[in-house]
Amino acid sequence: MNATLVEAVNDALQTAMAGNDRVVVYGEDVAETGGVFRATQGLKDEFGDDRVLDTPITEIAIAGSAVGLAMYGYRPVAEIQFSGFIPPTFNQLVSMASRIRWRTRGEMTAPMVIRAPYGGGVRALEHHSESLEAAYAHVPGLQVVIPSTPHDTKGMLLSAIEEPDPVLFLEPKRLYRSFREEIPDEEYTVPLGEAAVRKEGEDITVISWGSTMPDTLAAAETIEEERGVSTEVIDLRSISPLDKETIIESVKKTGKAVVVHEGPKSGGFAAELIATINEDALMHLEAPVHRVTGFDVPIPMLGMEDYYLPNPPRIEEGIKRALDLEGGV
Amino acid sequence: MSQLDDQSLELGAPSGSIAECTLSEPEKTPQRYRIVDDEGNYDPDALPPLSNEELKELYRWMVLQQVIDVRMVKLQRRGEMGTYASGRGQEASMAGCAYALEDQDWLFPYGREATALLIQGMPLRDLLLYWRGVEDANKQRKNKVFPPAIAIGTHIPVGVGFSWGMSLDNSDAITTLYHGDGHPSTGEYQAGMNFASVIDAPALFYCQNNGYSISASFEQQTGAKTVAQKGIAYGLDGIRVDGNDILAVYDAVRTAREHVSKGNPTIVESVSYRLDAHTTNDDPSLYRDDEEVAQWEEKEPVSRFESFLKEFGLWDDIDEEAVREEANEQFDQAKEAADAYDSGGVEEMFKYLYDEMPAELERQLEAFEQFLEERPDAYDHIEHRPKG
Ligand SMILES: Cc1ncc(C[n+]2csc(CCOP(=O)(O)OP(=O)(O)O)c2C)c(N)n1
Repeated sequence: MNATLVEAVNDALQTAMAGNDRVVVYGEDVAETGGVFRATQGLKDEFGDDRVLDTPITEIAIAGSAVGLAMYGYRPVAEIQFSGFIPPTFNQLVSMASRIRWRTRGEMTAPMVIRAPYGGGVRALEHHSESLEAAYAHVPGLQVVIPSTPHDTKGMLLSAIEEPDPVLFLEPKRLYRSFREEIPDEEYTVPLGEAAVRKEGEDITVISWGSTMPDTLAAAETIEEERGVSTEVIDLRSISPLDKETIIESVKKTGKAVVVHEGPKSGGFAAELIATINEDALMHLEAPVHRVTGFDVPIPMLGMEDYYLPNPPRIEEGIKRALDLEGGV
Repeated sequence: MSQLDDQSLELGAPSGSIAECTLSEPEKTPQRYRIVDDEGNYDPDALPPLSNEELKELYRWMVLQQVIDVRMVKLQRRGEMGTYASGRGQEASMAGCAYALEDQDWLFPYGREATALLIQGMPLRDLLLYWRGVEDANKQRKNKVFPPAIAIGTHIPVGVGFSWGMSLDNSDAITTLYHGDGHPSTGEYQAGMNFASVIDAPALFYCQNNGYSISASFEQQTGAKTVAQKGIAYGLDGIRVDGNDILAVYDAVRTAREHVSKGNPTIVESVSYRLDAHTTNDDPSLYRDDEEVAQWEEKEPVSRFESFLKEFGLWDDIDEEAVREEANEQFDQAKEAADAYDSGGVEEMFKYLYDEMPAELERQLEAFEQFLEERPDAYDHIEHRPKG
């Protein structure tokens, strides 16, 4: 089928629920209306009230009950309406979900998925657009996954639901309906923890994920035309666990790298990637690794959010800086 | 008597019957305090002490709320406003509460209560700026208004702490925490309510129970029959009031305010109905039927107040058309002022995060300004990027 990213979410949930009657979908407004982005539309009609539930406004209990439900033997796929409302779940994710297996020495597990639309650029209200994936990736035991295409979205969400450990599945809401792609009707999976090389190249590695992926690809192509260089573009897809090999191999080949992400710069996930490159490929580097990110401020309300978001010109300048061997940021 | 025996009095008499030791919900839903009925009839002795001028003023606030809702939604449809949460159907609930408060009181809103903010002193221009996504609109300290709690429940413990400060200062001010019927489901609400009760905070929990939290009906939100009763377990009193009867709301909040100002945090549950969509992004036809909405249209608070004003003999004094015209003019002026407002350059994004801007943030700002100079084409992406 030809699907948008949000339709791929819907298709994945439908496929998972049809294939496994232990998959339960719930969250605020998911059942009756299909969620504010309609990601769960039609599921209640097909699978009934017991398996598709509207919950009260309580992110704490949505996350905490998913841990319990999963420990008991169900496969909860809970929706947090917007990434800005993940923070109340943080205690349950940190203190419970991520370490049940470890605490019980493998006796109990929490195979659960928490989905949330993340990122700015859709004129949402304040507190709706946060990109704090780096904070969640810092929690040992919690897998953090961010697809950027409809094809990956279906395949990775199905993987996440099959995954025996908890997954935070962040969906780039700016891309929910921005383009379509052909995806298989049947069940298929895309493994977690594997980056995708979106474009092969020789001169510089550009790494991104989720919401900034299309702009990153566009910028890389502009630079190729302008400079006559060839760019390799990597879509990280999984923030945690991290596919170090693909990154290191690429950097060894190109000798230069740029990381692009939407979250704030300091302590962002680019920092982890640059440290990884330094650890394993420093001697292959021909220039400092650059980053193009959001700024170290809360994502502004809609009046100024587009100033905050990395855009193709900013990404282009970042790539050029790395190419031109100018040190510093 | 030993300490334990002293305490045993507080524990309640012992009983051998489980039934006698069982606490449960009231079988019947508690009543709603009401002064004016659906037809505008009332008991003259029950009227709160409001002058004719004040009654007319209440009417003007309700009409202004109607005008704001209609015009904000129109602006949103034209792309001149962000997502907006209409208060249609809740005019009495919003204005009646705010009107009952004192000048020194603080308001912690959650976003739907336009006229409550204006009664408090916030300019209409700033309300427009807020919904246009301009942070400057949150500069309302002078008007004793905290920024709206868009992340639900977040303002509750904060407002409780703020009112705690008031009581430590022996101030006679209170804080009013506006919220919806979905808010008590959050952990922050429950933690805040309990904390308020322990520190005797002068905090008024003002719940507009409008029947829905986006698509979730009140029954889907909680197993409890009312919001007012939620306080009981935490040691707070609760009052239920007919939220479409502005005089009852006014009276209930005035009474509650008295109680609150003596260090008794209280919940007022104003029972009303949201006639419009949750926000301009919402499609209510997916979760409620027209028949239900029509029933509530009948109980609509502005026409009920008009009926009252007729019964009371004040209606002939009021030129409805002029009131509406005036409200529309007020909106025109606010819109003009909002259009003319200079919300500053990119430095606005970096300012105010800290008392002094750290060096790294300054670097980021400078680099960004330089980038915008070098790449003016970036504005194409900033101004013209398709918006979700
Ligand atoms: C923590 C959090 N979770 C979810 C949301 C999304 N959301 C916005 S408004 C709303 C419903 C609020 O309902 P209620 O408290 O009854 O107030 P109403 O809007 O009906 O006046 C929800 C779930 C949010 N803003 N914050």
